[in-house]
Order: sequence, then C-alpha cells, then structure tokens
Amino acid sequence: MQLSMWTYEGPPHVGAMRVAASMKDVHYVLHAPQGDTYADLLFTMIERRDSRPPVTYTTFQARDLGASTADIFKTACHDAVDRFKPRALLVGASCTAELLQDDPGGLAKTLDLDIPVVPLELPSYQKKETWGAAETFYQLVRACASNRRRPETIAANTCNILGPTSLGFRNRDDVCEIKALLEENGLNVRVVAPLGASPEDLARLPEAAFNIVLYPEIADTAARWLKKAYGMPYLSTVPIGVSETRRFVAEARALAGLEPVPSPSENKDRLTWYSRSIDSTYLTGKRVFIFGDATHAIAAARIAANELGFEVCGLGTYMREFARDVRAAAKDYGLEALITDDHLVVEDAIIEARPELVLGTQMERHIAKRLRVPCAVISSPVHVQDFPARYSPQMGFEGANVIFDSWVHPLMMGLEEHLLSMFRDDFEFNDGATASHLHAHSPAAASNQQTAPAGTSVEDQITLPASATLWTDEAEKELKKIPFFVRGKARRNTESFATDNGIHPITVETLYDAKAHFAR
Amino acid sequence: MNQAFSAGCATGPTIRERGQHEVFCGLTSIIWLHRKVQDAFFLIVGSRTCAHLMQSAAGVMIFSEPRFATAIMEERDLAGMADMHDELDGVVDKLLARRPDIKMLVLVGSCPSEVIKFDLSKAAERLNRVHAPKHRVLCYSGSGIETTFTQGEDNFLTALVNEAPASGPQNETKLIVAGCLPDVVEDQFTRLFDDLGIEGVQFLPGRSSAAMPSIGPGTRFILAQPYLGAAAAALQSRGAERINSIFPLGEQGTTAWFKAIADTFGVPEDRFEAATGAPRKRAKAALQSYLPWLEGRRMFFFPDSQLEPSLARFLHSETGAEIIEVGSPYLHREHAAGELALLPPGTAISEGQDVDLQIDRARKADPDLIVCGMGLANPFEAEGRLTKWSIEFAFTPIQGYEQAGDLAELFVRPLRRQSVLKTGLGFEEGAPCS
Repeated sequence: MQLSMWTYEGPPHVGAMRVAASMKDVHYVLHAPQGDTYADLLFTMIERRDSRPPVTYTTFQARDLGASTADIFKTACHDAVDRFKPRALLVGASCTAELLQDDPGGLAKTLDLDIPVVPLELPSYQKKETWGAAETFYQLVRACASNRRRPETIAANTCNILGPTSLGFRNRDDVCEIKALLEENGLNVRVVAPLGASPEDLARLPEAAFNIVLYPEIADTAARWLKKAYGMPYLSTVPIGVSETRRFVAEARALAGLEPVPSPSENKDRLTWYSRSIDSTYLTGKRVFIFGDATHAIAAARIAANELGFEVCGLGTYMREFARDVRAAAKDYGLEALITDDHLVVEDAIIEARPELVLGTQMERHIAKRLRVPCAVISSPVHVQDFPARYSPQMGFEGANVIFDSWVHPLMMGLEEHLLSMFRDDFEFNDGATASHLHAHSPAAASNQQTAPAGTSVEDQITLPASATLWTDEAEKELKKIPFFVRGKARRNTESFATDNGIHPITVETLYDAKAHFAR
Repeated sequence: MNQAFSAGCATGPTIRERGQHEVFCGLTSIIWLHRKVQDAFFLIVGSRTCAHLMQSAAGVMIFSEPRFATAIMEERDLAGMADMHDELDGVVDKLLARRPDIKMLVLVGSCPSEVIKFDLSKAAERLNRVHAPKHRVLCYSGSGIETTFTQGEDNFLTALVNEAPASGPQNETKLIVAGCLPDVVEDQFTRLFDDLGIEGVQFLPGRSSAAMPSIGPGTRFILAQPYLGAAAAALQSRGAERINSIFPLGEQGTTAWFKAIADTFGVPEDRFEAATGAPRKRAKAALQSYLPWLEGRRMFFFPDSQLEPSLARFLHSETGAEIIEVGSPYLHREHAAGELALLPPGTAISEGQDVDLQIDRARKADPDLIVCGMGLANPFEAEGRLTKWSIEFAFTPIQGYEQAGDLAELFVRPLRRQSVLKTGLGFEEGAPCS
C-alpha cells in the first residue's frame, strides 16, 4: 500500500478515456462502479469540452454484484453501439471491475458487433494514466491499421503527427504550431492522431512516408509498431525550445528528402533576442528546479540552461517509464535525477535545492506557493487555468515566445531586485512583499507580514529548523541582509563551509569566508 | 427499463431506472467532512482511481497538506489478505507520525476494498487498540457501489452514532441536529434555539472529535439534511426519537422545521412568533427580488444529492417555479414524504438513473433550467440550454432564514447571466488552425 495525498497521474483507464475523447467515432464502454463517472468532469470542466466524452459506464452497484455484472456490461455495450453508432468500440475495465474478472473483451466478442472491438487490458494496480493512453492508442492503431497495404509510391514529404491527446498540456496549440511549421517547410501532414482522428484516419496512417512523434509518452509504442509493421521511420525530437525546434525542422526536412534550408519562420522567434537583451542579464545563474513529465522536464532543462542562462539545480519526473532519459539529461547538469511519484519527496527535494524558480506541475505550484518561491507550470497534471482561451503553444517558435514570457513572469524584475538589496527596511517594499506586478496573485505576502514574527521571510520557511542553532545572532542578522532570493543558497553554502572546516558557531566572519570560498 | 410505481403520494408515478448513473460516489463527501471535523483525518483504503477522484473533485481546493489521503492498494496487496492488514498498519503509522495532531482517524472503504471484502472494521478495531486514546479510529464505507455522493456523510454519521457515548441520567443532550451544516448556519440555528429557550442542542457531526453528542432514550433528533437514512436508523436504535419535518430550505421550510422542534419541546406559540418573526420577514424580503426571475420557470432536476425533492419544493412553493422532473439518486420515502406532498400532483419523480434516457427526456421537455452535475452541464449549455450545476448546493450555505435569498440566487444566477451576455452561442465553433 502506498500512502498518497496527491497523485501525479490518474489510473490507466483515464488514459484510455483521453484517447477515446480525442478521437471521432470511437466509443468506450467502461466496466466501472457507480461514481467513476467523475472522470467526465476532467473533460467537461478542466478542458471545457462542449460535449460529453464518448464513454458509457456500466456503473454497477453492490446489489448488482449478487446478480450478473457481465449482463450489465453486455447491455451497456449494446445500448452504446445502438445510440452512438461508433466506427470502433473500446471495451475495458476500471480498477474495481478488474477485480470482478468479467472479461469485457470476451463478452464484447460474443455480441457480434459489426464494428472493430478493441479490448483493453490495463492493469490498474500496476500502471497509470499515461501508460494507459499509450497502450490504448497502440491497440487502436493496430486494430485499424494492420493488414493494410502500403501504397507503391509514397511522396517523401508526407508525414503523420502522433501523440496529441485530449487533456494533454497545451496539445491543442502545439498541433497548430507544428503543423503550420511543417507545412511552411514543404511537408505534407496527412493524419494527426489521436487528437481529432477517426478510425478511418488511423487506417490511413501507413500511407504517409514517416511519422512524427510529438509526445513520446503517448505515441512511442504506436510509432515503433508502425515502423516494425510498415518500415515507417519516425522522428521523435520534441520541438520545445528554439534550438530543439531548429533541430526538429532540420531532421524533418532530412527525412522528407528536402534541402536543409533554414526554416522560414525563424523570424517568429523572439526568445533568442529577448534573452540576449540586457534586461535579461539578471536571469543569469538563477537557480531553477524542474519537475514534470519526462518530455517537458527534459525540454525545460535544456531551455533553462542553454537559452535562458539559468542554473538547473534540480531535475526530475514522475514517469518511471522514462526515467533513463531523465537521468541522462540530469547528468548534463551535474545532477542526480529525481524519479518519484510521491509529491512529498518532491517537496523535500525542492526545499533541499533552494531554487529561485520552480518549473513544475500543478502540485509544484502548491509546494512553491507554500514555500513562497516563484513558479511556472510546464507539464501535466494541470488545472483549468492551463487550458487557456488564448493561443499558447509550448512547441515551435511561438511556443518558445510563450515560454519566455511565462517563465520570467513570476520572477521579480531587475530594478526591484536591486533596490531590495540596497534598502532592506522599506516599509512597503521589503522582503515579505512579492514582485509588484504579481501583487494581485500573492495575498499570502501581506498576511505573512502580520502573522510571522519579525525577520521570518521567504527562504527562512524552507530552511531546516535544526540549522538555526548553528548561527550567532549577529551572523543571522548579517545573513538577512542578503537579498531573499539567494539567501537560501548563501545559508546552505555557509553551513556546508562551516561543517567542512569544523567551525561552530557561524559568525559574520564565517559568512564572508564562505562567500569568498564559493566565489572561486 | 422503465417501470412505473405508484409513489403513494400526491405526485405522479415514480420513474425507476437502472442504467448509467452519472453521479459521484460517497468518497466525495470527505471534501466537506474533513473541513467540518477539524481534528479528523480521512484515510481512504482504495485505488489510484479513488485518489484521482478526490483530487479532481477537490479541484482548486487543494492544500499541500489536506486532511485526507488514500492508501493506494497495489498488485502485491491483492495477492494476500494477511499482508494487507500489515500494510495498512504501516501506512497508518507513517501518517500519524506525520500528523500527530490528528485525534480521529477515519478509515474509508472504497469499491476495491469492498469487492475484495477487506474488513475495515476489524482493522479499525485493531488500530484502536494500538492508538487509542490518543487517536480514535473508526471506519465507514464511501464506495460507489454502496453510496452516492452525500450518502458518504450518512455512513460517516452512522459510524459516529454507533460509537457515541450513551447519555447519562442528566440527559445532557436533549436535541441532536443531524447533518453537516455550514458553520454560519449552525451558529444562526444555535441563536434561534436560544431564543426559543431550547437547551441541550447538539450538532452531529460536531466541529471536533471531542464535540460529539451523547445519545440515549429521551434524546430527540431532527434531520437537517435529507440524505441521512442510515444515520436516522442508527439514532433510533439507540433510543432517540425522530422529529418529523420537511427540511430547512427557504422561509417555509425553515419555519416548518423550527415549528416541529418547538412543538416537540412545548415552546409557546407567542415565543415562537417572537423568535422567528423578524428572520421570517427578512427571508421573505430577500426572496422578493428573485421572484420575477423564477415565477413560471420550468425546472428539471437530475439526481445528485437527494436534496432535489426539497429544492424542488422550495422552488415550487416559494418562488412559483414549475417542476418538470425531480430526479434523486435514492428516495427515502419516509423522510421525503413531507416534501413530495407539497409538490403539485403529477410531478414526475425519478429514482436511480439511466442518464441517456433522462437526457432524452430533458431535451424533449426543453426546460428553462436544468439542475445537473458538472459532467452534463457544459454539454447542455453548448446545446443552448441553461443549467445550474448541482454540486454547489452541497457546498454553499443554503439552509435557514438568512440563506433563503442566497438559495434562490443560486438558481437565478444562470438565468441572469444569460440575460447579461450579449453574444449568444449562435457563432460558429472556433475555427481550427488549418
């Protein structure tokens, strides 16, 4: 048993729902107890979908367990096919139905439905949402696209985009951005799947020259199968960030047999100039902690380090399936990757790393709020505010522009930062006050001023309490004169310097000795 | 599978349906219960689905340290049952080490734990032996196979009643108000009980684990919520007697509710008038401004919380709305009888649900306002229909005199919004990028 306050991923059948809800003419009959329909809200509320997700639940109750839940399932299948007339039917069980062992796949077969029926085996007590989505997409692609003949001649510039789904982080706009980018570069995008595709579209997948995997967690399995079955190569460079977008375009052009000319939309990239402009100088070396799904975390680390000049002080993912990739990426920044799905462990890691900015999921937003560290969301799980009305991709050149704005936004601006370190005791503009452009979002700051004892501020809350006794009062006071966003790091450096040199207690001298020591 | 039954009251035949139920399970009631009982921790023994449900339903109300969590069962737990009790003990130890301030630990059963027949009461008993008196441990089921939404609270209160102390010879608790009420409502009711001169009133659940009422013969209780069938039975089995009334929604409902109590305790008529006169007037005045919005409006209720008959009665008799169908996940005949009797003859009542058929009926009836869950609301809105999402009734102070206007306002809000928005949904759907 695992004690869990919050989970980064839902159960695997939610992944299957995401694939079903992404597509047209696919229906999902889910053997599940009453109450599991809560998952509809993810689509109708968080994604603000205007129609019910194409899912029929059997919603069995305790009194049904005595009788035949299998019959309930068969009736639900029949009714769903009659009512919604799908072109393909997914059938599966939720965690409770898995325990009943009614075998939805076998039962659906006995119904002699005249459409493809795809039975889903999703082990709820082992696997999670993203795995469920990948498995479902793979099974659907196999069911719709196997035994197809690949056309004799295929235009080299034709490709499919695989991976975007309903409830995916910014998938809607990423697809727009990347499709436009590819088309500008002379590529012909045939099928985008699963988002917006029908079973017939899946059947047409082998008619393109190659596949582009935008979200490896979702589409890797399917792309590998298409490669094995039809020899279709696939490209899985994820175009998040300017340099990766350039690389993506170059690789896509190479796969399509096109000349390696620079992408015409380079002029849409404003990140490169914005990041170079002197206003961004103060971003150099800001410590950033990154956590999320594997794809977004790795991409974020690359942008943070190479394109914004931050220092990556922590990198991790909740996706064990992609742990190896994240470990490899972390090594580039001299870090040990954090692979966990326990948000309490993530919280501890953030406290330990003392970042000045956290890039993470909805959970990290809460952790950062509690620790009062600036934060931006880069990955699922996300809440309703990260399904924005405006165009806001993460991928491509416009995606990089969105990223520049949203990651820099939570930070205090340069002049404010300088003034804070010059005049510490201003009655309005002090440690406790957050960046002035964020005021409306940070009511916690004001109340903190009233409730917290004098001198307690941001990073003091993320300091391990035991360390306080190591410091003389005078040194503690001097420490407070260091601007708050780097004070946590100064405290840690000083403490490790003191430990290494057997110094106790820490005096003002020690503080400056440590400063000089680490400056080298 | 529609079957017509005579409901034995003035309303039309009850539509009983068995199909897809678009409702929450009982676990969701933890969302308000853990705020109400401030030193309780709710530990769900369940699956990842349960944990995901809780955080999805809790929505923006996410605390980095909530007072509920899930012990997620894993593959190896399902292999052997003996092992599972050890596992649970381990989880509880870890939890109590983290939150030593917790006085009452509530183990909550889920569908998976019920299906494998994991004996939570045995576990609670064992844990109690280890952790009492510092931490009390009790259990109930909030599984979807057994409970719908607010029924989770019913089972929790039943568990509380079953282990509540017996009232002594002093008979300190004279009246128990059963059903979780918002603090502000509880305070208003307490003041009214004072004005009526009724002493020894206790609320169930109390605001802390120490503030739970004692029960014995001679204890009277009244339900503040309509979904408390099991808790009422448990109270009765302890010798407490139920005061029958409609529920305290709206001016009439609240007056009837207090009148039933006042009559039981022999409060003189003039004292009752003196205590309730001013708030009744206020409630009526507050309702006035909403009446033009609601009079003659046709309302359709999907099942959600069992509050539906009371809400429909309020809308019909206090605002003049017309009721097309009242859906309730479960109808406790005895407790709902008063409400149903006040609905006009022929009002359709449905118990249980086949959501697709009910949607067909709602579309056909084309009501002015559909009261439904959030899984249906936006899809209905996109069809150009107006909806009021029903969960809000469980999360808003709506009971009592001072909230009568607020209750009406909840129904008026979507209607008013419709009139304010200048651009209707007549536009083409957002053009895709290609």
